[in-house]
Amino acid sequence: MHATATPQTAALPQHAEELSFLRSYVFSTDHKVIGKQYLSLGLFMALVGGFTAYLIRWQLAWPETAVPGWDYVEPDFYNVLVTMHGTIMVFFVAMPILLGAFGNFLIPLMVGAPDMAFPRLNMMSFWTIFLASAVLLASFFVPGGAAAAGWTGYAPLSADPLYTGVDWGLTLWILALALEFASFLMGGVNFLTTAINMRAPGMTLLRLPLLVWMQLTAAVLFMLSVGPLIAGAILLLLDRTVGTGFFLPARGGDPLLWQHLFWFFGHPEVYVILLPGLGILLEIFPVFTRKPIFGYRAILYSTLIAGGLSFIVWAHHMFVSGINARLATPFSVTTILISVPFAVIVFAMVATLRGGVARFPTAMLFAIGALATFIVGGVTGIFLGSATVDIFLHDTYFVVAHFHYTLFPSALLGAFAGLYYWYPKMFGRMLNETLGKIHFWVTILSFNAVFLPLFLAGAGGHMRRIYNPLQYDFLKGMQPLHEFVTIAAIVLLLGQLPLVVNFFWSLFAGAKAPENPWQANTLEWTTSSPPPHGNFPTPPRVYRDPYEYSRPGNPRDWMPQTAPLAAVAADPAPS
Amino acid sequence: MLRWFPENISTFGGEIDSVFRFIYYIVGFWFLLTEGAIFYFLLRYRSGPRRAASYIRGERWAELAWILVPAAIVLVLDLGIDAAGARAWARIKEELPADAIQLRVTAKQFNWEITYPGPDGRFDTGDDRTLENELHVPAGRDVVVALTSKDVIHSFFLPNVRLKQDVVPGRTIRAWFNATKPGRYELACAELCGFGHYNMRGFLTVHAPADYENWVREMWPTVAAGADSEG
Repeated sequence: MHATATPQTAALPQHAEELSFLRSYVFSTDHKVIGKQYLSLGLFMALVGGFTAYLIRWQLAWPETAVPGWDYVEPDFYNVLVTMHGTIMVFFVAMPILLGAFGNFLIPLMVGAPDMAFPRLNMMSFWTIFLASAVLLASFFVPGGAAAAGWTGYAPLSADPLYTGVDWGLTLWILALALEFASFLMGGVNFLTTAINMRAPGMTLLRLPLLVWMQLTAAVLFMLSVGPLIAGAILLLLDRTVGTGFFLPARGGDPLLWQHLFWFFGHPEVYVILLPGLGILLEIFPVFTRKPIFGYRAILYSTLIAGGLSFIVWAHHMFVSGINARLATPFSVTTILISVPFAVIVFAMVATLRGGVARFPTAMLFAIGALATFIVGGVTGIFLGSATVDIFLHDTYFVVAHFHYTLFPSALLGAFAGLYYWYPKMFGRMLNETLGKIHFWVTILSFNAVFLPLFLAGAGGHMRRIYNPLQYDFLKGMQPLHEFVTIAAIVLLLGQLPLVVNFFWSLFAGAKAPENPWQANTLEWTTSSPPPHGNFPTPPRVYRDPYEYSRPGNPRDWMPQTAPLAAVAADPAPS
Repeated sequence: MLRWFPENISTFGGEIDSVFRFIYYIVGFWFLLTEGAIFYFLLRYRSGPRRAASYIRGERWAELAWILVPAAIVLVLDLGIDAAGARAWARIKEELPADAIQLRVTAKQFNWEITYPGPDGRFDTGDDRTLENELHVPAGRDVVVALTSKDVIHSFFLPNVRLKQDVVPGRTIRAWFNATKPGRYELACAELCGFGHYNMRGFLTVHAPADYENWVREMWPTVAAGADSEG
């Protein structure tokens, strides 16, 4: 593991000529611009996804009343809303922001490369997901409306327009997902090639920042798991368009086949979203406690183990689906086993916080908030991983609360932490800390106010995807809970306004960001803010680990990865 | 959280609830411990004058023990949770009781059709009766439902019985329960099945034994005279 990467960076692109506006900002091959494009797309789609959440929540709290700013929500449109909310948030918000934006922007900078290995492919991956988003949004406007079979698209509901009345909408939904997958396959190839082949001299694999490892693991998980789902999507498309019957029993097919293909992808996909979020936290904790990461290798190996296990747990989504009942217990065991590597990662994060010198800028607050809420998502997974308990909790709000507690901390709290932390590097300006802290406190409090009560609703047996809960006597008592949750959800959505204001105000009027505002070690902080085309004026050479904070004998409490060994020659270094 | 559970009226519901409770106390402990550690460390080690952070890399076994030993305890508890769950699961889902009342439940957008074999105890005979959304069973008897669907996937959910089983077109899936407390309860669809999903509601009526015989006599007035109430 100590082999030094070949000095690819020697061939820095020298851009003498000025690029046109179109080439610089629209059809750019610069990974930093592409990262920002992904960020813009993800944040825009988050607005759409957030608005669907608002309509869903209003309907649940005050069923069949006109939604302020909208209209009545009809039952079939409600199903469209829950379908599109899930699809948008997972595939068009979480992935573009965590992988597309942070992965793209950070991987070349953190490994010391001038750009991605395949810059044009990188550009193509963005424009492919741009097209995918356009197709998805267009599906709202076709006759019959958008897909309404749930974000999981269970067949036969999704396989024949007869069952939902949705015709083109669902076909476009499949097409949008296919394009999205193609986009992230291109991205994944780039991430892997760049991080393996384009590391700066001295950047050994075990000197890579953990965020890079998390992005790499996510890319591998995605590439290995998406194949079956692409196959499934093609079969579903054939069922809908040319009358095959892969998932239709009347034509000899099997609905459960779709579920196997979907969840074989679906569970690794959870970690595709989760790991990059954890990677962001792992970069932020050392900087704001001035301590090395506790257990770099323990975290790395745990991540790889969790990633491997994620391929053999998919049937935990199918305990009551009609699969052979004897399959449940083995899948229950593998599922619950995943808590062990994640326990190691979480304990290592907690241990990192011990004995530090903690400071709390907004980035750190969001990182702590993400860790504290992610633990709720982690422990509630144990209930659902137990097949026995899942008999009762499956398809209830307990599940909804659980996965929001895992994905929100990563995809939004983690992303916000990353945004407050790397915004100076991305845009050359500091974000406003006061607005940031308002944003943090409103977000963290209202998020918990939305989703903690939903665990109770789930324990009460409340089914998810129910248009009007008042239809059931046993759910009527939960109406005050629904109203409370909806009010909290509106606060959560409005609570994002400080970020929007901060983002645009700071872009023009924020304080100029220095090269290394947080006194951090990783390579992206050794170049200007924002970095120039080609990233590093001279190719960096790496001499040390990424988390050398407060090393005894060193006059400063930080030490960039580029600091040569001579700087600490007198240091009695523990090896 | 436990107070929110709907009233349990089945023989195995208590087992599901107790596995939930077992997990609840275990993860509750770890949750409080971890969150407590996070907030304690952050307050205890917040930045102040003349303090330096300690340089601990967590690469030596002696240091790693601080996280690996708790993780090993987590592993042991995981296996305990698996064992507790596996026993209950096997009893509830892997085996069907012998000598049970047999019913057919056919799901369709957006109704439950419940077919009773009638006094002869056999299906596809002249005395079969089918009721929409009305499931009647005697208290304290094992009941096996044969679940099929005419169109899409539905999910047969009796919250008070703690029973949920997806209903898949093209298959007949059997599930069983034994309801112990007479009363009228709700039957819900728990899997998104189309625009009327939210309204796909039925009722489970659990009869006390004598009451059940009256119901049978009302349902099969001509044949009930000499026949047993065997459903």
